[in-house]
Amino acid sequence: MKEEHNFADIRRHPYSGSRPTPTPETIHFWEGCKEGRLLLQKCLDTGKAYFPPRPFSPFTGKRHVEIFPATGRATLYSYVINHREATGFCAPYAIAVVELEEGPRMMTNIIECAQTPEALQLDMALEVTFVAVDEETVLPQFRPVTKGDQ
Amino acid sequence: MSYKPGSVAVVGAAETTRLGVVPDMSQMMLHADAAMNAMADAGIGPGDIDGFACVGQMLPHQVAHYLGITPKWIDGTGVGGCSFMLHVRHAAAAIQAGYAKTILITHGESGRSRINATPVPPQPESLAGQFEVPYGPNGYVTLFTLPFLRYMKETGTTQEHLAKVSVVQREWASRNPRAMYKDPLTIEDVLSSRLIAYPFHMLQCCLVTDGGGAIILSAAERTSEFASKPVYILGSGESSETMMVSQMKDFTFSNAFHRSGKAAFEMAGIDCDDVDHLMIYDAFAHLPLYGLEALGFCKVGEAKDFIWENITAPGGRLPLNTNGGGLSYTHTGMYGMFAMQESIRQVRGCAAAQVDGVSISVSHGAGGMFCTAGTIVFGRDVP
Repeated sequence: MKEEHNFADIRRHPYSGSRPTPTPETIHFWEGCKEGRLLLQKCLDTGKAYFPPRPFSPFTGKRHVEIFPATGRATLYSYVINHREATGFCAPYAIAVVELEEGPRMMTNIIECAQTPEALQLDMALEVTFVAVDEETVLPQFRPVTKGDQ
Repeated sequence: MSYKPGSVAVVGAAETTRLGVVPDMSQMMLHADAAMNAMADAGIGPGDIDGFACVGQMLPHQVAHYLGITPKWIDGTGVGGCSFMLHVRHAAAAIQAGYAKTILITHGESGRSRINATPVPPQPESLAGQFEVPYGPNGYVTLFTLPFLRYMKETGTTQEHLAKVSVVQREWASRNPRAMYKDPLTIEDVLSSRLIAYPFHMLQCCLVTDGGGAIILSAAERTSEFASKPVYILGSGESSETMMVSQMKDFTFSNAFHRSGKAAFEMAGIDCDDVDHLMIYDAFAHLPLYGLEALGFCKVGEAKDFIWENITAPGGRLPLNTNGGGLSYTHTGMYGMFAMQESIRQVRGCAAAQVDGVSISVSHGAGGMFCTAGTIVFGRDVP
């Protein structure tokens, strides 16, 4: 069965794992995901992007910031492949950190890709895609950029 | 007033009577068992103690009352497995400031038997609950380990190098009757053990045990009032970075480890060449690599060779994790207390795998996923 898995997603359906609960400071991010947009924030004094969301700059401590859509392009920074059972997931699956083109890094999963060290090469090009795990929650996931897309 | 190296001393130290699988003791009783052993070591009772610190599900005021201690100084700093290093550092400052005279720090954790131990799940509205947990991390083993593939790529460290850490620590454990696992290991044994979170195999992950430990501190000029051989606090440091490993600035270097270690070495007025014995918190096999580099014992990327060349092994010039570490000795969940207990034993000259002539031992603790660090420099003599 494992070999036949196409890794379109690594979650079990229906999904029984953990979901994020937005706070007033992060709600824009999760609403953005529902609209298919990966929203970052930028410090307007330094021009630097940051993540996770907060309504002030971690570089200056000032509220002079704005929300903007990321390109969704990223590279694979690091990962582990979890081999133990985990609620809501089909093991083995990778838990990854990607580096966004704008600079910040975020945890995510790599889908549409075999969950193996051979397929998951550090620094490989990725792009964001959005997966609805239920009616309320859409998660940003990343997938390899195929040569035709580049 | 800055801290004068050697002005505070460990005057009592002990672990729980039993370690490993202790199904007949609650978490609270493990605190008490360790505390009683440390008080016996110091030759004092609960009425002699006026300051108290602990961490975890058991709160300091709760444990102090259970032990019959009336504290006038309390610390419940809880920043993961290195919290005890921070307690020692804070206690030394409190003793110097006159807030308390005799301070007890305890650890008890029913990590394996889970008696009176209720895990706190991450809250879904916390930052980690929103921006890490939904991607499927399955405990520390998938988080603390996450930076390591990047480290391997940048430094040329291999699976065999990582396996060597476990092999060397098992050599130390084989000399320690209290170690949970004592049978010798080969690199092949490590790499053929079950994959837990690639690239980490089971024998590169810490044990899960029951146990505890306790430390009693007083001013150095009072050490003659106690029954044990004093061990002096020469320096200390603490720092933090991020609770979310995905946000760690540099996956190949722990800045929190570096800042904490640097502060402790500067306070003690020592450098790496002065260190006779070293403990680096090893929840997973890569932590000694990061620790050796962040503390300055080798350059980034060179720790793999340092360990490969047996420099940290029995007979090497820098004995490291001589109790067997979290990988082979014990790991209740918050291991920092056990690292310091081994440093104290080595300085007193009573460790199971005793190193000759230890006058300075350093214990370096990690908290969470590289999120915090605490470092203590222990000394045999007042400088």
